[in-house]
Amino acid sequence: MSVSFLISQAKGVQKVIDENSAEIEVLDQKIGDGDHIFNIQRGLKLVVELEDAIKDLPLSKALNMIAMKVLSGIGGSSGALFGTFFMTMAKSSDLDKDVDFNKACEMIISGIKAMKERGKADVGEKTMMDVLLPVSDKLNELKNESEFKSGLNEVIKIAEERMLSTKDMLATKGRASFLGERAKGHIDPGARSSQLIIDTICKSVINN
Amino acid sequence: MKKFINNNDDFLKESLTGFGKAHSDIINVNLDPSFVSRKNKTKDGKVSLISGGGSGHEPMHGGFVGHGMLDAACPGFVFSAPTPDQMQAAAEHVDSGAGVLFIVKNYSGDIMNFEMGAEMYSGKNDSIITNDDVAVEDSTFTTGRRGVAATVLVEKIVGSLAENSGSLDECKKLGEKVNKNAGTMGVAFTSCTVPAAGKPTFDIGDDEMEFGVGIHGEPGRKREKIQPSKTIVGNILEAILDNLKPEKNEKNFLFVNGMGGTPLTELYLVYEDACQILQSKGIEVTKSLVGNYCTSLEMQGASITLLKCDDEILKHWDAPVHTAAMRWGM
Repeated sequence: MSVSFLISQAKGVQKVIDENSAEIEVLDQKIGDGDHIFNIQRGLKLVVELEDAIKDLPLSKALNMIAMKVLSGIGGSSGALFGTFFMTMAKSSDLDKDVDFNKACEMIISGIKAMKERGKADVGEKTMMDVLLPVSDKLNELKNESEFKSGLNEVIKIAEERMLSTKDMLATKGRASFLGERAKGHIDPGARSSQLIIDTICKSVINN
Repeated sequence: MKKFINNNDDFLKESLTGFGKAHSDIINVNLDPSFVSRKNKTKDGKVSLISGGGSGHEPMHGGFVGHGMLDAACPGFVFSAPTPDQMQAAAEHVDSGAGVLFIVKNYSGDIMNFEMGAEMYSGKNDSIITNDDVAVEDSTFTTGRRGVAATVLVEKIVGSLAENSGSLDECKKLGEKVNKNAGTMGVAFTSCTVPAAGKPTFDIGDDEMEFGVGIHGEPGRKREKIQPSKTIVGNILEAILDNLKPEKNEKNFLFVNGMGGTPLTELYLVYEDACQILQSKGIEVTKSLVGNYCTSLEMQGASITLLKCDDEILKHWDAPVHTAAMRWGM
């Protein structure tokens, strides 16, 4: 993981999220309040715009700037959760040595753990954690493998299955929880956007 | 979408700047990070009250900053929780040393961002969470009830106690008492349109209403055919009374709140229907508030809040207040 890797991933994710924005917006209007996609798009735009400011910085400083930008520029649940994710990653030790796959996995795992604590949500509550926590578990299995690219294909598969599994769940956290039975039959918009992010990054790593 | 708007990115900033100019005798608007604060510094020893939440509910919360109510308000983007740096900056700006009480409506995004703001603020602080919406079930397994219009009453009543030397603990206790004794339920006839979305949040037929709607247009208990006001008001009150179970000799505060797109003439009609129904059940109404205080952009609809009162609550409600949206006694 490097600063240029972060920038190129942010651009790749931005493109995919923009392409799927109409779908996410509709999902959020069905069971949320319609702000999720705008928050995610605003956050990605802010991070992509940071390119000039962070491209020559050490990884720890760049991650810190991204965290602060996400935390102060997005708002809503997504801002708090993704801000927590980047802040936790930025606090990892030895960031300015070479960050290999194993180290990157550990950073992502600790970031997702902090999101779980902040949002107080677990698997099965129809939120983005339904995708992120199983992905985190899989990365924990994969992190020491030298041939990790095939493993990333499994991560993609897990993210998609878990995203789809939110469709029939009752929500107990987030806006959708106010709906009770009426939330059933709709995929959680946060789960969908998280799955798209994971899908995009994993495919990019596999193909490079 | 037809709105007074120049471009989406500047929507909130332009509105806040106008708000600051229109009420420059009472408040200041700080941008980047945005917060509304009183024009006059918090007096030494007074607990500071800070609230906030997504924009689009005006006058909540910026309209409640001023003597006798809030010390600062942190507006997020439309219907999106504000960010932790706003709460931190507002707290640093207003705290006079007696501590800060954050008043937070029960939504995941607000809770998380206020929690982070509180962690980032080094001074003494505490929080209360409002959750008066009886339209959703309260259960330990869910996020629980939403915080809606009773937040206005909490801010006014606790604001008076803070003005009269209440400690941080006392303010928190009174806020929790008001919240516990209040129940709210709303109904929507039309959707609202978030400027960034450009189209209505939900579809609703000309002859339909959303019973138990949330203040962001979240669905409520059920979608129904529209009915005469008395029937709607009766159903709302039934849900609230089921929850609050006021005693016959108790004093009650009746608050009819407009969602933004319903004229006052209709809100007063709702008030009249509610009074008659409550009277027929032997429930005494001693205080009233009617108007648009906790809105959902241009949504047509209203919510009714009932608050069971004791002398302490009534005294602090009547105390002087001078804010952009509420002023009496001074």
